[in-house]
Amino acid sequence: MKNIFFRFIGAALLLTAWACERDVADLEPAAYPTNPNVFIDGFSAGLNYGAFGSSVPTAFQVDNEVTYNQSRASMRFEVPDVNDPRGAYAGGVFFTSTGRDLSGYDALSFWAKASQPANIDVLGFGNDFGESRYQVSLSGVGVNTNWKKYIIPIPDPSKLKTERGMFFYSEGPENDRGYTFWIDEVKFEKLGTVAHPTFSILNGENQVETSFVGVTKTIGGLAATINLPTGVNQQMNVTPTYFEFISSDPTIATVSSTGLVSVVGGPGSATITATVGGVTAQGSLRIQSVGNFQPAPVPTRPASRVISIFSDAYPNVPVNYYNGYWQPWQTTVSNDFAVSGNNVLNYTIFNFVGIEFSSPTVNANAMTHLHMDVFIPGPVVPGRELRVIVVDFGPDGGFQGGDDTRHSTTFAPPTLASGRWISIDIPFSSMTGLTRRANLAQIILEGGDGGSIYVDNIYFYN
Amino acid sequence: MNTKLLLLLPLIVLMGCNADESQQLEPRNWQLVWSDDFEGAAGSLPNASKWAYDLGTGQGGWGNQELQSYTNSPANVSLDGNGNLVITAIRAGNSFTSARIKTQGLFEQKYGRFEARMKTPYGPGIWPAFWMLGSNVETAGWPQCGEIDIMELRGQEPNVIAGTLHGPGYSGSNPVSKKYGLRNGRFDTEFHIFAVEWDENKIDFFVDDFLYQRIERGDVNGEWVYDQPFFMILNVAVGGNYVGFPTAGTPFPQRMIIDYVKVYSE
Repeated sequence: MKNIFFRFIGAALLLTAWACERDVADLEPAAYPTNPNVFIDGFSAGLNYGAFGSSVPTAFQVDNEVTYNQSRASMRFEVPDVNDPRGAYAGGVFFTSTGRDLSGYDALSFWAKASQPANIDVLGFGNDFGESRYQVSLSGVGVNTNWKKYIIPIPDPSKLKTERGMFFYSEGPENDRGYTFWIDEVKFEKLGTVAHPTFSILNGENQVETSFVGVTKTIGGLAATINLPTGVNQQMNVTPTYFEFISSDPTIATVSSTGLVSVVGGPGSATITATVGGVTAQGSLRIQSVGNFQPAPVPTRPASRVISIFSDAYPNVPVNYYNGYWQPWQTTVSNDFAVSGNNVLNYTIFNFVGIEFSSPTVNANAMTHLHMDVFIPGPVVPGRELRVIVVDFGPDGGFQGGDDTRHSTTFAPPTLASGRWISIDIPFSSMTGLTRRANLAQIILEGGDGGSIYVDNIYFYN
Repeated sequence: MNTKLLLLLPLIVLMGCNADESQQLEPRNWQLVWSDDFEGAAGSLPNASKWAYDLGTGQGGWGNQELQSYTNSPANVSLDGNGNLVITAIRAGNSFTSARIKTQGLFEQKYGRFEARMKTPYGPGIWPAFWMLGSNVETAGWPQCGEIDIMELRGQEPNVIAGTLHGPGYSGSNPVSKKYGLRNGRFDTEFHIFAVEWDENKIDFFVDDFLYQRIERGDVNGEWVYDQPFFMILNVAVGGNYVGFPTAGTPFPQRMIIDYVKVYSE
């Protein structure tokens, strides 16, 4: 109360000063209200409510019966049963039309209870039905039939100078059934007892990627953890705008305020890191740019004579996956990239990998060859092999069943060489083990040395 | 017109309010008689001429069903190279290691001011303490020897500490004790000074030189056993009767960071 009172006096004095001097240089930007209350016994000043699309529009009601601490009103949320014609879930946003300055607070707090034990999908603040730049949310918030206080810490209060998103929620049926939960005494607070903020990008991992000029990649895996007054860590989902992203060498890679990394130069390397409110986030991305990307030869065969599995030059047939992650022996992971719109398969830690296109299978009876372009960026030692295996699932159209046939074609140096695109064309006539090709379903690459291999323009043609 | 000056006026009033909370205590003439600033190379053990160790799991988890095993490994107790001692509680699966150091046999004193400046660990089931036992603990036993808990903290309440006396007739769950809490802060985020001032008539408990508890001879429901030398102990326990068990949400490792320990006499 005191603070508000003195603020009021201060404001009055300021007004007096303006009236006396009318000096434009003394004018300060209009202060945004610092009202911490969202919903105490009703809507706070300027608060609006809007339901999310396809949610039950009437899910939220003010309740005068079930309230926290016998206060006059609470917020009641009715989660629908599954298949409720009014909407699939309960969800909406409490927002103000004018922003509030919340930078003096360190948490949003509220009390909640429910008609049954449940986990509310999302509760948070910072959703303003617009850009929602500074959104923070908790996932799977456990509630039960007792009133309990919940705290959502603000990762960096200094960011919330004009915040409009006061509170939002989203919750679907639990085991197909609806229920009711109540939330009361929603307000921002300066607790002073939330502590030890930690942040992470890329799930806290230090990643290294070989890349090229023109490649873009969004930094994901963002998280914030703050220790609650109970000594327990609270994990939160946060938007990228809380993070200040930094590139160690902007001539190699730049990074935007939303975490979009663009490789702009090379050869060379740049490390992308981030901070939140001066705290360094765990995790980094080291971009090793080899400079300008050397694209694979652009296919010139007419589309009418091609069945494409992977190419930007042709429409591709449906493909189940470009990496089956076949366990237990496969080490290969995919780090596919795009350079100026040209997509390239990038298999790293490559030993073998399977590509499947069995839904539906491919009838290549009218085709005569398989084509693909491969690029091995690392050294190619004598004895290195690349085996290209084409698999037909046979008339039953399914894996095994006694009618599958396959053929493996082996390539070795000097055909295999480092640092240049190798165009591979295998005539079906030489794939003697592949006795049919009306139900082609897989292409398997084997012979990796644990390094990387890029693959582009996989197609059958005649 | 200077608006800034006018805006200061309410601030001055507020500061006046705070000043009213300060205490008028009788002046003392404390002379420093023992201290450790924990200067030394990072990773080294504390000065062996000042600190000894309690090791292992004790009897019944040091009488409190505590979970940790105490070691003298630098991973659990070592200087940080910046003038602090760090006691670290480590979780390895379902077992825990930590450290408990003491001045027993090296430094013991009757009466005086005993203080430490430190930052606590935190989290459910974490139990840091700066405390003292009567030097006759081996012969008289506990609680006859007396115990002065200058500060202990439950990690699930990182903004609250307690100062406590355990003695014959008032021990275990029935001690003479008082809590002190920070309204807008925590003991694990910044350094605080915890102290007792002890003479023949009373023991005063302080946080940051604020007297929050005075226990006089007549206040204990039993024998006053504080007319003999005591030794100091610093430890971080995990689990136990006082604090409960750590949970899956308790962050590990947990560190108690001690800037200094000082002992004065008059």
